[in-house]
Amino acid sequence: MGHPQDFDDSAALLEQVSQALEDATPLRIQGANSKAFLGRIVAGEILDTRTHRGIVSYDPTELVVTARCGTPLAELLEVLDAARQMLPCEPPAFADDATLGGMIASGLSGPRRPWAGSVRDFVLGTRVITGHGKHLRFGGEVMKNVAGYDLSRLMVGSYGALGVLTEVSLKVLPKPRQSLSISLEIGSERALQRLAEWGQQPLPISAACHDGERLHLRLEGGEGSVAAAHERLGGERLEASYWADLNEQRLSFFDQDQPLWRLSVAPNTPPLALPGRQLIDWGGAQRWLKSAAEAAFIRKVVEEVGGHATCYSHGLSDEPFHPLSPALLFYHQNLKRQLDPRGIFNPGRLYAEL
Amino acid sequence: MNILYDEQVDGVRPDVDRAALLQALHSQWPSLEVLHQQEELKPYECDGLSAYRTTPLMVVLPRHIDEVQGVLRLCHERRVPVVARGAGTGLSGGALPLEKGVLLVMARFNQILHIDPAARTARVQPGVRNLAISQAAAPFGLYYAPDPSSQIACSIGGNVAENAGGVHCLKYGLTVHNLLKVEILTVDGERLTLGSSALDAPGFDLLALFTGSEGMLGVITEVTVKLLPRPQTAKVLLAAFDSVAKAGRAVGDIIAAGIIPGGLEMMDNLAIRAAEDFIHAGYPVDAEAILLCELDGVEADVHDECNRVRQVLEQAGATELRQARDEAERVRFWAGRKNAFPAVGRLSPDYYCMDGTIPRRELPGVLQAIAQLSADYGLRVANVFHAGDGNMHPLILFDANQPGELARAEALGGKILELCVKVGGSITGEHGVGREKINQMCVQFNSDELTVFHAVKAAFDPGGLLNPGKNIPTLHRCAEFGAMHVHGGQLPFPELERF
Repeated sequence: MGHPQDFDDSAALLEQVSQALEDATPLRIQGANSKAFLGRIVAGEILDTRTHRGIVSYDPTELVVTARCGTPLAELLEVLDAARQMLPCEPPAFADDATLGGMIASGLSGPRRPWAGSVRDFVLGTRVITGHGKHLRFGGEVMKNVAGYDLSRLMVGSYGALGVLTEVSLKVLPKPRQSLSISLEIGSERALQRLAEWGQQPLPISAACHDGERLHLRLEGGEGSVAAAHERLGGERLEASYWADLNEQRLSFFDQDQPLWRLSVAPNTPPLALPGRQLIDWGGAQRWLKSAAEAAFIRKVVEEVGGHATCYSHGLSDEPFHPLSPALLFYHQNLKRQLDPRGIFNPGRLYAEL
Repeated sequence: MNILYDEQVDGVRPDVDRAALLQALHSQWPSLEVLHQQEELKPYECDGLSAYRTTPLMVVLPRHIDEVQGVLRLCHERRVPVVARGAGTGLSGGALPLEKGVLLVMARFNQILHIDPAARTARVQPGVRNLAISQAAAPFGLYYAPDPSSQIACSIGGNVAENAGGVHCLKYGLTVHNLLKVEILTVDGERLTLGSSALDAPGFDLLALFTGSEGMLGVITEVTVKLLPRPQTAKVLLAAFDSVAKAGRAVGDIIAAGIIPGGLEMMDNLAIRAAEDFIHAGYPVDAEAILLCELDGVEADVHDECNRVRQVLEQAGATELRQARDEAERVRFWAGRKNAFPAVGRLSPDYYCMDGTIPRRELPGVLQAIAQLSADYGLRVANVFHAGDGNMHPLILFDANQPGELARAEALGGKILELCVKVGGSITGEHGVGREKINQMCVQFNSDELTVFHAVKAAFDPGGLLNPGKNIPTLHRCAEFGAMHVHGGQLPFPELERF
């Protein structure tokens, strides 16, 4: 382990935050900017985390890796891969130089998410520079830890609004012994029904996506279970690279002109009647929508089934994340005020009020 | 009262006009059941940690969410603290009542509202027992994975409040990993929905923040959990070792072989003997340690993994290796482990259960240090260990009727927890801080970190009315506690005055 550029630059990061606190200067926290297209536009002085990088500790038999937030995700995955381990949540990178900090701050998970868990499910601990100018540690490097409030998981998906992440400890898992991808010709409505049935059975499905015409499945587990499931489900073989293309939004579906929306719904929600084209991922729980429909209309349809919608096309909407209820927004504001009293961390990135 | 559970250590709590509060409750909610006679209050004076007892000001037992809302609003107006309680099985005094506070018992909310097999979810009221969820889901081939050992009695609301674990956490996660949505009432009775019926929700992950927050941020009124398909088969291997260190290394070897067992438990000799005497599980009583390794999943995979684990255990120096021949034997192997606490309880009038976690590689050193502490304090310690996820449950044997033994047991327990923190672990893996480990919080976190916790609390409960005196110690308390302890060569709160 060890990379020539590994460096603990936390003192400089802390110094920049302290200065910003003193001057009340808003900070725009960024790594490789690979997820900058998500959320509202932030005006502020750039705080670049990429100088603070490197894996701090990794013991495969403990199933825990700790790394600095500026560590390139690709570098981390390479180290895990060499030990035949992985991040089960399969975070998308969206750029070759994407960092660990961005992965945590955005909290985005890949195709395995419904079966393995999300980014936040694998976070064990964090180090954070707070809105009081302190460099603190929450959680740790152990699987079970219920001492104090779970600040570490709260950081996941908070888009830098609550502090600067400097270090993260993640639970990792062994790679599955066997992985096989197949594709079945079946309509979307029928596919969702079958997925709901299969979900109640111990089948080794670890990814399920319907592109409008075909259902793509990934089977992962031991040799025996994967072979048995393949025999039962049939279908044509599919290249494993399909899942990375889906995760990184390289499929032709994502090339179309209209704005891109992410709809998060209960997995067994029937196909949603919305104009435009849809791609069903996460076994039904994540629907990608290419549509020129009004934001309010999309959100209304999704809310009716208990879900929410995020706009992935940068700058299209002033409210890319689904609006919060007034009561929830009130407590979000309270939390932001408590943890970032001077409002310097990525102000307005998540919501205008935060 | 000693410093551990005296509610006034964090400041004297204001007096409450009990008669006026009773009167107001009666007039606003005539059908609400309120207990206030001494003999009625007695059963509620403690939770599962019975060494700590306080008689509550009064106990309310609502049946409708409106009533809970009404009680919270009234108490908020009158600045009366509220302690929420589910089944009262918690082991850290998290539901310990307050002399000057209302105990809000949620046990009557015991309805399973909806099982949705297609979505693989169960929507339940907070007083539903953990095991009842799996029982209701069983006809669909589904179950709720987290299984704390009190699962026949403990309620899901308490599980969420404590982020309860169990013996299958390494593979299936804790409560926080198995939740979709929680309905709560804030301190002033406002309804909030955290999470959603989808796999995520917009905004901050308040569902994660509330899970394990020990009733400090809100009162849980409804829970939607994820259900999983029941594994097709489960097999258990029992391996005996002539040293604890070897057993510990074997655990690392299993994981290094790329296998994540459904359950992986270790017991030391004292625990083995106690369990065998009590349950007759067929444990090898001469072994220094045994490992129980459960592999679950699809038949073909489990068969392969059993063979692989057998090889690993043999190479790791197991002196004996048995696979449960049938379901009856599998259940018996587990019965010994699951009854380890009461079994150890038979060895001694009282026992005190610890809950520290450590990185697994530290196990041999920590067990050795515990043995030394045990000798120093003159109290026996039996060790039961969720080996897969590093969660230790040392059981300290003592006799509360012997003057000074409880205090000695508490002191020894405190030392064990501090040892866990020192090797990079935590003072609590699944039982929570509650009132019990509040002093050790000062060891795990510095004053700046505790200040952040207080800030989180202030965002939801600025008046500090929900479960005060639990979970997060005041800096004042830490200064007092720290005066007795030196941490890493430095007093933990050098900036505070000592008294």
